[in-house]
Amino acid sequence: MTSNPLRDSRDRRIPRVAGPCVLVMFGVTGDLASKKLLPAVYDLANRGLLPPGFSLVGFARRDWEDEDFAQVAYEAVKLHSRTPFREAVWQQVLEGVRFVPGEFADDVAFDELAKTVADLDAQRGTGGNCAFYLSVPPKAFPLVIQQLKRSGLSEPGGTSSGPRPWRRVVIEKPFGRDLKSARELNAMVDAVFPPQSVFRIDHYLGKETVQNILALRFANTLYEPIWNRGYVDHVQITMAEDIGIGGRAGYYDGIGAARDVIQNHLLQLLALTAMEEPVSFDADSLRAEKEKVLSAVKLPPDLAVGTGRGQYAAGWQGGVQVPGYLEEEGIPADSHTDTYAAVELGVDTRRWAGVPFYLRTGKRLPSRMTEIALMFQRAPHLPFTATDTEELGQNALVIRVQPDEGVTIRFGSKVPGSAMEVRDVNMDFAYGGAFTESSPEAYERLLLDVLIGDAPLFPRQKEVELSWQILDPIEEFWASGGTPEQYPAGSDGPASAQALVARSGRAWRRL
Amino acid sequence: MTIDLTSTTTGAIRDALTRERQRLGGQTTGMVLNLIIVTDEGGQYDAVRAASEAGREHPCRILGVIIRRPNADSRLDAEIHTGEAGPSQTVLLRMYGPLGQHADSVVRPLLAADTPVVTWWPGEGPACPSQEPLGVLAQRRVTDAAESAEPREALVAASRGYRQGDTDLSWTRATSWRSLLAATMDQPHGAISGGLVTAEKDNPTADLIAAWLDHCFGVPFGRDNSGGPGITEVRFTTGDGDIVLARPDGRTATLTKPGQPDRRVALHRRDSAELLTEELRRLNPDEVYGETLARLAATIGSAVPGEHQDES
Repeated sequence: MTSNPLRDSRDRRIPRVAGPCVLVMFGVTGDLASKKLLPAVYDLANRGLLPPGFSLVGFARRDWEDEDFAQVAYEAVKLHSRTPFREAVWQQVLEGVRFVPGEFADDVAFDELAKTVADLDAQRGTGGNCAFYLSVPPKAFPLVIQQLKRSGLSEPGGTSSGPRPWRRVVIEKPFGRDLKSARELNAMVDAVFPPQSVFRIDHYLGKETVQNILALRFANTLYEPIWNRGYVDHVQITMAEDIGIGGRAGYYDGIGAARDVIQNHLLQLLALTAMEEPVSFDADSLRAEKEKVLSAVKLPPDLAVGTGRGQYAAGWQGGVQVPGYLEEEGIPADSHTDTYAAVELGVDTRRWAGVPFYLRTGKRLPSRMTEIALMFQRAPHLPFTATDTEELGQNALVIRVQPDEGVTIRFGSKVPGSAMEVRDVNMDFAYGGAFTESSPEAYERLLLDVLIGDAPLFPRQKEVELSWQILDPIEEFWASGGTPEQYPAGSDGPASAQALVARSGRAWRRL
Repeated sequence: MTIDLTSTTTGAIRDALTRERQRLGGQTTGMVLNLIIVTDEGGQYDAVRAASEAGREHPCRILGVIIRRPNADSRLDAEIHTGEAGPSQTVLLRMYGPLGQHADSVVRPLLAADTPVVTWWPGEGPACPSQEPLGVLAQRRVTDAAESAEPREALVAASRGYRQGDTDLSWTRATSWRSLLAATMDQPHGAISGGLVTAEKDNPTADLIAAWLDHCFGVPFGRDNSGGPGITEVRFTTGDGDIVLARPDGRTATLTKPGQPDRRVALHRRDSAELLTEELRRLNPDEVYGETLARLAATIGSAVPGEHQDES
């Protein structure tokens, strides 16, 4: 194809728009579909980022007609869309909405799906391009992937003229439960779809604040000179949740906090924080740097003191009395699943040698927040008396991923008055409550990237495997003995996690 | 909260803004720009409303400049709104008498420090925005040719006075069309030999789109009139037949390509808040607009005055 004279790199007004395509969604009756995916499709349409003729096919075990699915989608959009509801946009989306009922094991249903996709190509000119979004439990992956192959859906039919159509598959975490199963999962997907057609979604990477890490680090001169062991004392990466496991007992038990959160979200945040500058922001350069830094991650020498895990017990969280993990419905009374996990990691590079990275995540903690905090070393010499600086803590740079997205810098300032007294103050950049209303949802960005075929924000199999290589020894150590320590719901987590940082004279930031 | 200051000074307004900021706790820290709106009593309500809405994405200090009764004695009245609609801060400045000739002397001390400045003329704008005292202050100067009695003439004038940083909302209105046209041209198509943009008679956006296509493809794109609303059709003539993007109802467009099924897509007309939001997203010079404007002026200049061009 020749270049398009209407595309001009200086013309920043014209957005990237997906080419003609069909999006097939498995698991449309799930929570994620109604809260995030369907609204994201509408929001993209409303912003003019979906192509003419775009079509959406739902597949689920429901006795539905197209209209029933359309109604479900309508309600989801009405309730959860970010941009204002416009009837004309919705009507136009609706023209391309189809539903195919069936079980994953049902050959006939998949043949019907293949026919529906082919019909859409003919009626709506979707050009044979098709993305499959697998919002299904991991155990259903093999079956769905196999069915896509069997029914010929995974193979783009070559048309005589024009560009070769594409087929892409989107999979969600968990990408396995350890290195071995991750490899098995990958081998299975790999057998059907080529690696560049596989999009692994980690929705954290679609968040504005996470992408802003790259802007903060590499678009400024202010931070990079101090972004190293010469100035940074340690780094804390936290994802705290105030909720319990809710209705996810079936999925969560046996997986636990470390596999659910550290393996993907927190290690990705660590990679973005610790990596070197990529030579460009294309997918390959970015992933190359992330892979380099993940391969340099080092576990603590003694896992007994360098890691901590816990399980929430009954208690009061946010003024409400809540049950403990073992009392949740569907959880066996002898479950060893961790609902809190903390680990101290090192990054063996010239930039980070000797700087500990503390990662922690947990459920039923006092508040919900995700942040990356760089804690800086104290000034080598303070020309004040000890009492002057009693209230001076460590300088800190905090990237607040959610909620209240923004960046805070904490530093010492003189307290007004006749005495020289220094106290911590904050300088704050907030995306602001109202501001974020119009910043796109992570799923909008990621869905659009899938349809365009733009991959920088999607982890590659190599990254997934490197992450498991980091986590597997910890999980094995935990499985080899002991039980997770109980911590009361609404508290800061287990004592072992506090000891983990305290042994080097440090402390976790307040949740 | 609203504060009225009559017969006031910029010093008093600054004090009031600082007090408000302290009361609300550091509200200006997140402000990304100053937006000067040059308007009149009739236009101020809609303009400020659109700006406050755009301020949700781009928190800003809005300074509304309203010139009143040039023959009265000099006087400055200020109306400060904070913490109402979104994160922006609004100051309406009413200038009486000779002071109206020196609006920049009032505005300058009220600009938030370390923050870029945009000046917007929501009504009929000046011929050369960068020469205006309130335009000199700004990185970006936004006019709206559609508000002019003679929109096409206004664009020609804008082209003569064009400086980097000038932009026009009639160009902003073109974005959704341009984006769809660019996406259409991403797909394989026959060689383009020309085309036609059809719209309401006085539609500067259609003129700009035709000039833009003309400029990019290097083949003539004509302008034809229809009953609207707005732009109704863009047609490309290709060796394989016409590619047509038609929007008869102002809401949904249909893309017709030879040998392919028709495709429909939502293409609504955007309100001024949405346009302003797009406009404030980038403050660098819009070179493509500058080139399009030059092409438009050249095309109109070469046509017989008073006669519309048709497809050759």
